[in-house]
Amino acid sequence: MKSGLKRSNAPIFWALFGGGGMLSALVGPMLVFITGIAIPFGLLLPEGAMSYPKMLAFAQNWLGKAFVFAVIALFLWHAAHRIFHTLHDVGIHAGVAARLICYGSAFVATLVSAYVLLGLGF
Amino acid sequence: MSKRRPYVRPMDGWWKKNPYFVEYMVHEGTALFVAAYAFTLLVGLVRLGQGEAAWNGWLEALKSPLSLAFHAVLLVAILYHTYTWFKIMPRTLPPIIVGGKKLAPATITGGGLMAALVASLVLLGLVWRIAQ
Repeated sequence: MKSGLKRSNAPIFWALFGGGGMLSALVGPMLVFITGIAIPFGLLLPEGAMSYPKMLAFAQNWLGKAFVFAVIALFLWHAAHRIFHTLHDVGIHAGVAARLICYGSAFVATLVSAYVLLGLGF
Repeated sequence: MSKRRPYVRPMDGWWKKNPYFVEYMVHEGTALFVAAYAFTLLVGLVRLGQGEAAWNGWLEALKSPLSLAFHAVLLVAILYHTYTWFKIMPRTLPPIIVGGKKLAPATITGGGLMAALVASLVLLGLVWRIAQ
């Protein structure tokens, strides 16, 4: 007998939203400070901390890869979900186009980051 | 086809009339900044994949005053995301019962903010060690 109930895909998107929200809440501000302010301007951390050999080595380490991938992908899935649901509140009908733009960009960015990270080798 | 055009209440700026909803829109809006930061990192990652010259170009761009201003705005917006994320958490989590009593909202928020502080300091420490 077939069940009439279809499984919803909503929990997946909620989990990605929650995971990205939690990760960005925990380390987001510090990451912005480190990569955008401290290292480029040599405050607290040396300017060479993001030199090419250092960053390449970091991105070739499996743990570094996992961290970069988690930050980029989860931050974007979190933002996509939140922006998509807030569109309704500003009077934009959340249709297929909005869904494609929000989740589609997160999906493409996830693929691109995975592709580059794997291409950098181990 | 019916000719009647029912009145649809306009939604323009409805949230501006109530401070509660203004705050709601602001904390929802932090998602735009989280996305902007993730895209900035993604560009960096792509440049890293393109080799040393490309990566150095990205590093150079990070040193511009415009980039500094951009990151300062990101920092404020994402800090606000951190604060509101844990402020709302007592309402987004299922009730947690400890010793027969529901965990107080202030405990959840405080615990979350403390966790963020610890995680941030650990991250800074790790980067500091790798950078040496």
